[in-house]
Formats: sequence, C-alpha cells, structure tokens
Amino acid sequence: MSSITASADEKSHITSYPKFIGRSLWLATEGSFAFYAWMTMLTALFLVGANAWANQVAGGMIGTNMTDQVSWGLYIANFTFMVGLAAGGVMMVIPAYLYHDRKMHDVVIIGELLAIAAIVMCLMFVVADLGRPDRFWHMMPIIGKFNFPISMLTWDVIVLNGYLILNLHICGYLLYMRFLGRQPNPTWYIPFVMLSIVWAISIHTVTAFLYCGLGGRPFWNTALLAPRFLASAFVSGPAFIIVAMVLIKRLTGIGGLDQPIETLTKIIRVTILVNLLMVASELFTEFYTGGAHVSAAKYLFFGLHGKTALVPWTWTAIGLNVTAALLFLWPGLLRFRWRPLLVAACCMAFVGAWIEKGMGLIIPGFIPSTLHEIVEYVPSQLEWKVTVGIWAFGLMVFTIAIKTALPTLKQPAKH
Amino acid sequence: MTDKPSLPIVENFSRRAAVKGGFATLGAAAFVAAVSPLRQAASDKSAAEFMQQHYTELSPEQKADVIARLEAETKQNYGAEVTIGDDRPIPGTKFVYAINLSVCNGNGNCVEACHKENNHDRSTNQSYIRVLEMPMGTMDMEQGTTTYTGAVPKDGKFYLPVQCQQCDEPPCVDVCPVKATWKEEDGIVVVDYNWCIGCRYCEAACPYHARRFNWKKPEVPAEEVNPDQSYLSNRIRPVGVVEKCTYCLHRTRRGKLPACLEACPTGARVFGNILDKDSNLRWILENKRVYILKEELGTKPAFFYYFD
Ligand code: SF4
Ligand code: SF4
Repeated sequence: MSSITASADEKSHITSYPKFIGRSLWLATEGSFAFYAWMTMLTALFLVGANAWANQVAGGMIGTNMTDQVSWGLYIANFTFMVGLAAGGVMMVIPAYLYHDRKMHDVVIIGELLAIAAIVMCLMFVVADLGRPDRFWHMMPIIGKFNFPISMLTWDVIVLNGYLILNLHICGYLLYMRFLGRQPNPTWYIPFVMLSIVWAISIHTVTAFLYCGLGGRPFWNTALLAPRFLASAFVSGPAFIIVAMVLIKRLTGIGGLDQPIETLTKIIRVTILVNLLMVASELFTEFYTGGAHVSAAKYLFFGLHGKTALVPWTWTAIGLNVTAALLFLWPGLLRFRWRPLLVAACCMAFVGAWIEKGMGLIIPGFIPSTLHEIVEYVPSQLEWKVTVGIWAFGLMVFTIAIKTALPTLKQPAKH
Repeated sequence: MTDKPSLPIVENFSRRAAVKGGFATLGAAAFVAAVSPLRQAASDKSAAEFMQQHYTELSPEQKADVIARLEAETKQNYGAEVTIGDDRPIPGTKFVYAINLSVCNGNGNCVEACHKENNHDRSTNQSYIRVLEMPMGTMDMEQGTTTYTGAVPKDGKFYLPVQCQQCDEPPCVDVCPVKATWKEEDGIVVVDYNWCIGCRYCEAACPYHARRFNWKKPEVPAEEVNPDQSYLSNRIRPVGVVEKCTYCLHRTRRGKLPACLEACPTGARVFGNILDKDSNLRWILENKRVYILKEELGTKPAFFYYFD
C-alpha cells in the first residue's frame, strides 16, 4: 500500500483521474516548514513579477528598455534559454530508453517534469513580450489567423505546445498508474517517450530557425545556430537536473540517484566540449574572415566605437563555461566528497549557457542595427521584475511537480 | 511499500484544509491586487475592439462600424475631428519610389513631413524615414551615420534616405505569425493595427529598419492631428502595435503625391506608377544608373536609388 493508491471502488477514469489530480495537489502542498517558506518566497516573487507585468500592459512597453533598434530583449533572451532547458530535459530519456539504463528509468520523470515547467515559462515569456497580450487569441489556429507554414513563429507555437502536451501525457500517465496501483502499460507511454526525443530536438531547432532565417541579421544568419542551440541545451538541462537530484536526495533521502547523477555528468562532459568547439569555430569564421559580418561579434566581445555594454556579460559567460568545462573533465568530480564542487560546476555551466543564449545571442543580433546604428540595451528594472516573477512561477511548478512524483520516485520501478 | 496512507488522520485533515484554504484565498487576493493595473488597461479598450476580426474579413457594414468607432475614439482621446477612409488599391497601379542621390542634400525635410503627415508621437519625434550621411565612394552603410548635425551638404559626403522599400519579397510579411501585415496589389505593404499582436518579429526581420513599434500611446496635440486619415495608413496607432511607411496611401491612392516628396526642396524624390509606360519614373529606371539597397538579401525592393 503506498501513499497515493486509490481506493478500490474506482471504476471509471473520468472520475478517478480528477481524483488523482486533486489528491496529488493536496499532497504536493503538504510539507515541512522549510517547504512552506520556499513556496511563500516564490509566491512573493511571482506577485512582484505579476504586478510589474500588469503595469507594463497598462502603461505600454515604454517601461522596458527595448527600442526600435533592439526590439527584443531580456524576455526573448530568457525564452530562448528556457526552450533549451526544456529540450535538455530529454537527456534523461535518451540513456534510459535508448541505452536501456535501468537506473535512469526510475528517475527519467524528473527530466520530463523539468520540461513541463520550462515550457510553461517559455509561454509566459512570450506573452510578457507581446505588445498586445489581449489579442493572444489571434495566434490560435481556426479562431485566429494563423500564418502557417510560412512564419517560423507559428511553427514554434505548435512544437512548444505539442511538447507540453506530450510531456503532460507521459508524466500524467505514469503517475496516474502509480496512483491506481497498476503497472504502466508500455504501449501507452513508450511510443510517446520515443517521440519526445525527436520532439525535444525539434523545439530547439525551430526556435533556432526563428533567428537564423532572418537574412538581414548577419549575426544570427549562420547554419551553426541550431546545432549550437542543441549543444548548449544538452549542457544546461542536465546541469539543472543534477542540482535538482542532489537537492532531492538531501531533502528527502531518496536513494538511487547517484548513478543517474554520474550518467548525466558524463553526458555534460561531452556536450560542454562540443558546445565550446562550436563557439570556437564560429568565432574563427567571424574574425578570420572579417568583413561586414563581424561587427556584431566585435561589439559582443570587444565593444564597437566605444560602446561596450555586452562585453562584461560575454567574458563572464566564457569564464564560466571554460571553468565548468575544465571541472567536468576532471574525473575526481564524480567522487562523492566533491558533490559541492559538482553542484558549483553545474551552476557555472547553467549560468554560462543562460548568458550565451540570452544576452550573448539575442541582443548582439540587433547591435549594430540594420542601418548600422549602435543603440545599446540594458534591461530595465521592470523587465527584471517580470523575469524574476516568471522564474519564480516556473520553480513553483517544478517544485509541485516533483512533490507529486516523490512517491513514485521512492519506489524502484518493477519492470 | 510500507508508506503510511496519506489521509487517515482525519482530525488533522479538516484543520489543514482550512489552513490551506486560507492561504489559497490570501494568495488569490494578493494576485488580484498585483494585477489590478490591468483593469485600467482594459477600461481603455472596448469589447468591440477586442472582438474585431482581421481587416480582410470585415464585411462592408462591419468596416463602416469599425471606422465610425475609430473616429469617435479619436475625438474622445485626442479631441480631434478626423475622417478615416478605407482607400483600396487602384487596379493597374504598382507604386514605386526613386531618389536621386546626386541631388539629395540631407536637409531632412522629408523626415519632418513624414512625422507630421502620419500623426507620429510628438514626444519621441518618430518618423518612417532615416537619412544616413555617407562618405563619398561607398555604399557600405557601416560607414554612415544617422545622427549627423550641422550645415548640409558637407564636402565629401552624400546622403542616403532610407524608409520602407515595399519589398516584393517582404521578410516582414513572411514572419508575421498572425498575418497582421501583408502586401497589397499596388505594391504597398500594410499593417492592420487592430490585428497586430505586437510580437515585433517583423521588426527583427526587416533589413531596412523600416518598422516602428508603439512603445507607448502616441501623443499628438488636437490642433496638430492630420485629419485626413485612412484605416491602413496614418490614423493614430494604438499602443503596443507596429506601424510602417505606407507610401502615404491615404494620399497616393487618392491621386496625390507622398508627403515626403512634396516636402523635398531639392526635387530628389520621384514617385509613380511603374505600370504607366509614359511616367517620369519609368524613364528614370530605364535610363539612369539605378541601385537598390542590400540587393543580396533578395527582398526585391520597390524603391530605387540613382545617380545622375
Ligand atoms: S522594407 Fe522592411 S518593412 Fe518594408 S516591406 Fe521590406 S521588409 Fe517589410
Ligand atoms: S509585430 Fe504585428 S505585424 Fe509584426 S510580426 Fe508581430 S503581429 Fe505581425
């Protein structure tokens, strides 16, 4: 008998599935004092963000520091990174199902829950970036006017929502079966799990196509953009999950997480190098060739005509990425007593990827502008508040999702 | 498994439910308070506006209603009496613009005329035209500047006015996720300001910096509002949407010339119908050395530059 097994009288899924959701939510809001403190803090931050966003809608986006020259800023930067995080969650699935790693089977759901939280954040960042959120329904197929298949943004809407539904199905099904006390039937989830691998790659590829399809923006107009996106996603996703698993183990004493942590560390070891290699080859092409294409890269790394707002960001990212890469290459990092160092390395890789995909990729695409004006951009306080609010909400979703899954995680799978 | 069932502690259950319910209520109330500025934003917008369909899907009656509403709103918000037309393309017309770079002296009158004609926000001094001051002997915009000052023309410089090129392969139209922007039969690329969701993807896609976003509600004093307006052109734009040069379609579709052309003291600007074999414009395109900007991008501009 386990904690969320249904009573025996359930007959129809129509009644028992809502019961399962209600029960899960109930359990997910049970916890220690520290848990309540954590959730209260996230709620407070979320409310600050919601208030900032409401003010932005009421007063116009003049409250942001974006301009006609730099027309996308912190929101789209975060959106791009979150797509990567969502795609990176799938790195749990690949070893588990493609390489039949038994230990990964037990915890694969952590990656899928991360994907759910990340996609929810993506959608929130897109809405935060809209000048007219009241017209969001124009984007919906059928009732709106959907520019499919020409606009890459409509593709992105489809793949992101598809990925969300896919992961909701997989997680919902697995947890529900536990709730009913049944063995999950592989035909109801394995095909979807396999699909989610392809799908994860597609969400990040399509998001890269959003940018690299724009001929007028030489900084983005590179075929390497999509593979680079994937490489950094496969660093940031596993890095987040490692930290989450270390915490879960600490806080709940759930066993069996050490081997998945090791697997993910080994994955990062490779992907972080692939990512650095791609960055290096892109820089080589830019700087060795020179010409008009190089001005955005010059601005990013060294500043242009005395304007240097992004230079500190870039070098911070490079410093973090290289240090993290060196740490991951060191075999001792896997040793148990070096856990804090592993967590630190993951955080560095995570923040490094965040800067690289955000401030280091979206902003320099606009500087210099298409008429070669150099208009700099530094996010406003309002933008930071909204961003923190969305992150807090995402962490809330993730925390609740993990709590829902805890009873399942506590129990080794029997297949 | 030996986990304890979760719900048997009944006496705790109701107390916990009450506490959780209390917190949920508190959270909901705090949320409502946090987003209360939205109520203000919503009160500025009517239900009719929210429900309005895409321009191309409005029946003639619906269009008339929409236009009447917009005129009333302008009266209410800006204190100005305006008429908003629904100017449609004239069959057999394809508008094209050309600028004589040997003559343009960078005085910027076109920039200013555009600002006034199109009811741009006064405080941000917006205009659809930007003029680059360029060193002689190059077409590389990287060498130019849009922020030049002092007497013009300067020695060793020439001037390159840039505005929407009304591309025949417009990337801005391709990327728009909701078809809020499209190309009309006379070659003019327009935006339905009541359909645009303000994602600014088109602004990222346009290689000529031709699109502008309404970061705030435009401010125009009542006595300065240009009352001759058109739905797809210079009516005062709502906040949160993009806008662009429409070759002054509220003038040109009524047989007049664009405001920037009329304002130009040097006669550098030529506008006309490329399908008209006898037009001045056609003669220029056939007999002068003609350039287009960023030709390599394949946007196929309907905007030409030439030298004498
Ligand atoms: S110049 Fe820019 S806004 Fe005008 S049609 Fe071309 S891409 Fe669109
Ligand atoms: S800002 Fe408006 S016109 Fe431009 S792409 Fe978005 S919806 Fe379309």
